[in-house]
Amino acid sequence: MTPTHSNDLAPLHRLLSRLTGDEKHNTGAHSTLHVLWALYSRVLRIEPDNPHDELRDRFYLSKGHGPHAYYAVLAAHGFINPDMLDSFGSLTSPLGHHPDRTLVPGVEIASGSLGHGLGLAIGAYRALQAKRLTTPRLYVLIGDGELDEGSNMEAIQVAGRLRMERLTVIVIDNNSSTYGWNDSIGSRFEVEGWVSSNVNGQDVVALATALNTAHDRPHVVVAHTERSAS
Amino acid sequence: MRAAFVETATALLAERDDIAVVLADISVGPFERSGAIAAFPHRVFNVGIREQLMLSVTGGMALEGMRPIAHSYTPFLIERAYEQIKLDLGHQGVGAILVSIGASYDDPGSGRTHAAPEDVSLINALPAWTVYIPGHADEARLLLRDAAERTDKVYIRLDATQNSSAVEHPSRLTTIRSGLSGSPLVIAVGPMLDRVLAAAGDMDVAVAYTAAPLAQSPADLAATMKGDDLIIVEPTTAGTSLGRIAGQLSDRPRRFLGIGVPLGEHRLYGTVADHEAHHGLNATGIRHQITEWLS
Repeated sequence: MTPTHSNDLAPLHRLLSRLTGDEKHNTGAHSTLHVLWALYSRVLRIEPDNPHDELRDRFYLSKGHGPHAYYAVLAAHGFINPDMLDSFGSLTSPLGHHPDRTLVPGVEIASGSLGHGLGLAIGAYRALQAKRLTTPRLYVLIGDGELDEGSNMEAIQVAGRLRMERLTVIVIDNNSSTYGWNDSIGSRFEVEGWVSSNVNGQDVVALATALNTAHDRPHVVVAHTERSAS
Repeated sequence: MRAAFVETATALLAERDDIAVVLADISVGPFERSGAIAAFPHRVFNVGIREQLMLSVTGGMALEGMRPIAHSYTPFLIERAYEQIKLDLGHQGVGAILVSIGASYDDPGSGRTHAAPEDVSLINALPAWTVYIPGHADEARLLLRDAAERTDKVYIRLDATQNSSAVEHPSRLTTIRSGLSGSPLVIAVGPMLDRVLAAAGDMDVAVAYTAAPLAQSPADLAATMKGDDLIIVEPTTAGTSLGRIAGQLSDRPRRFLGIGVPLGEHRLYGTVADHEAHHGLNATGIRHQITEWLS
């Protein structure tokens, strides 16, 4: 797969290098990079100077491991100071190998243990409904390996049956699930009442188009990428 | 106590827009009959038999500034999705109220699967939780309202057994019966008070009461003690609160006894009274344990 819009990602190279120490950074090594870039540059309505705006879109990075791309994107979009990247992984750095919402501006949930983000999003969705806030959209990023966790199924069932139409899940499919999904991750969602799309996980424009498409039901975007990516 | 809980939670839903109740099929009937489900369809959320989701949803609501109350049967609320309690509340840095029914063995015929004397030990293993074990329905009402006013993590453990009357300030340490100088102090937790008083009888012991054993300051504990012997009688695993309380009273050597449900894979049915007799947790059993220890 060719990064269709590699120019889009140019600002991220130097930021990623500050996190990894590699001078020549291969953006393809990060399975989430193009999705995160699409979200922050073309989808999410969220401002770094007002990160708690009640009407913002919510983005939950449920697949919290390998957060280099996330931190780089947050730095590129002004949520965190790029200087913070140099401290990555040190004892008292706000930037750990799993993101922590209480330490990093712009991070909506603390993640790392798999299978928590989607359930949290169902609760947030319900709270927004209770407050009659119909503007915010909720996006949750999970991995195909993370989908092994049964807690996701509890959430997929309820979101589908309750037609949570402003909820979008992005599944990064880099074939990391031990037993696999028989090439039909989307069908697991569809059978519970979701709409599903399959997109090239490195095509920023196609990702953004899929993520911005409104539906009358919750939507899963399966973003296909290569293995090897973290 | 469940009726008091449902009635108070329904009143709180009406009084405050930020209160929500999250259920996993347990107690849906009582909340239908209270009118809460019809009146507040978005704030009373039954997720079905999905305890992981119940607790994650509770965390998600709290992230949006609500004060959610998650409620189920003790083992399903506290044990089944323990990591969700740890991460989706504690690690997210948000508060919530958990309210259980079932206590240690309120449904004894159901056996081990529905028994959870370990619940409070599990919650106490996590940082910064407030635990309330009310001894009377009126205390449950008061403590739920107190929890609603707070913003931290609160666990309220409701028992089917209650004392004959409520104590006015259940979250404090209240002296019920003064002893002489040097008398051992027996702290009765929640529903254990009446039987502790019956057990104490003519013994030379002081008796104090609290629904929040770990919320007491070292100064209050020391001031309530007349001697150096402390016995704590809890409706949970024996010694649930003992380690932390002993740690607060480390200024000089003292003796401690924890009375409660013995740790064990109890394969018992019968009645609640049968369990109390078996574990030495009725008045006779408690008196026997205290006498043996003091002799």
